[in-house]
Amino acid sequence: MSHELPSAARQTYLRAQKRRKTTIRILRIALLAALLALWELAGRLGWIDVFIVSCPSRVVKTLGTLWQSGELWRHLGTSCLETVVGFLLGTLLGALIAIGLWWSPFAARVLEPYLVVLNALPKTALGPIFIVWIGAGTESIIAMTLAISIFVTILNMYVGFCSTDREKIRLMQTLGATRRQILHLLVLPANYTTLFNTLRVNVGLSWVGVIMGEFLVSRAGLGYLIVYGSQVFNMDLVMASVLLLAAAAMAMYQLMLWLERGLKKRMGVT
Amino acid sequence: MRIEIRHVSMTYQSPDGELEALRDVSFEVADGSFVSIVGPSGCGKSTLLSLIAGLERPTEGAILLDGEAVTAPTEKVGFMPQRDQLFEWRTIWRNVMLGPEIRGEDTKARQAAVRALLEQYALAGFAGKQPAQLSGGMRQRCALIRTLAVEPSVLLLDEPFSALDYQTRLAVSADISRIIRQTNKTAVLVTHDISEAISMSDRIVVLTHRPGRLRSVHDLDAFADVPVLERRAMPAFQAMFNTIWEELDVNVS
Repeated sequence: MSHELPSAARQTYLRAQKRRKTTIRILRIALLAALLALWELAGRLGWIDVFIVSCPSRVVKTLGTLWQSGELWRHLGTSCLETVVGFLLGTLLGALIAIGLWWSPFAARVLEPYLVVLNALPKTALGPIFIVWIGAGTESIIAMTLAISIFVTILNMYVGFCSTDREKIRLMQTLGATRRQILHLLVLPANYTTLFNTLRVNVGLSWVGVIMGEFLVSRAGLGYLIVYGSQVFNMDLVMASVLLLAAAAMAMYQLMLWLERGLKKRMGVT
Repeated sequence: MRIEIRHVSMTYQSPDGELEALRDVSFEVADGSFVSIVGPSGCGKSTLLSLIAGLERPTEGAILLDGEAVTAPTEKVGFMPQRDQLFEWRTIWRNVMLGPEIRGEDTKARQAAVRALLEQYALAGFAGKQPAQLSGGMRQRCALIRTLAVEPSVLLLDEPFSALDYQTRLAVSADISRIIRQTNKTAVLVTHDISEAISMSDRIVVLTHRPGRLRSVHDLDAFADVPVLERRAMPAFQAMFNTIWEELDVNVS
């Protein structure tokens, strides 16, 4: 790294890059604004039936009402909590099971067909079973979320562990490493990237599980609001809930990225 | 440390069948000497190293280190793998200290010894860097220091330069051969590069095509005490090269 001033060509390049970035950001916001404006206009001019497709101003009003009654935080909070708990459980248990499978290739061979079938099975089908077994409540929703994320986690992590460079394992063995040391010093760190990719996928999957679960059984949450809104034909409420869902999912994804960057820096992964 | 390979045969079993990798191979590596094993690809060269390292047991025969049979990895043997195999998520320092860390020997004295090695081979300034920030030749030297950090008496080198470009390869092989001779280690190098073998070794063992059998053993007395790069300029070098080339009986068809 030099501390001299960059050359003229470099400065021109950097300026162009910056301009491009700004333009992209502006266009993104403009696109959203245009779509919202078009939607609103179409509603006002009677091109569309606002009773069926709603419009931004009505969504904002609904959000305002939800906010004032305190309902907004209750529903948002319920869904977020379920997602976080399901996500953490799914990732943690999945990773632990994947480690177990790596540890015992024999067990992995025995369990392989079960994992494949469970992974291929649409987990929504298990919803009614969870409700009967665990009860119609938050626990069932979390079970649903867990079911959706855990098998993908197990398979992804396990495949990652197994693809650890054999030459590196050989090196560890010649240095006298135990299996635990090989896991701890080589296999786990070599799979940070797999881990982070799995985490990112799991955030999305956990939301799917929570909304599916709330559709089936719930008294609170964004999924509940969407179902309730459609049943009483209050499309403003449905649209407002979808909007909240998008915002919450996006916030959680961003949080994940931020966490990932922080952790990678600490672990020295590039 | 003296290495004896005594009538070693190795057959691998797999669901697809048997694979005979080595058949009745015997030779000796004198204490403090540098021996290269050359042979066509798939002749069991790497298997032989795995056996000396104690990672695998021969189907028949035995391998003795100073008269003692090898049955498991021992701390007397250091292994330098294909490519450098540095861990990208560790700094250079934590990479070269991997062996001591695994063996629970991360002592002050050991740290000082490893630091001295880094200094001696012009890597002290890079201790805090990540492997990705180093050139191929520097990474290779780090890999050697990682092996030396556990103070082995025997070094096993499994085509360690195969990933380097030609120029770096010449420089690094000269470098590493010098380091090994200075520290007076016994070394066994596996390579398919005949020139590399002649320029670095005291003795060359030639293996046949699979199953690997002993084809010949050449003592390079004519090259004793000549540094790596100068050996390549000697007339005897080309003669030796041709002899081994013919023995390898490479068919390009």
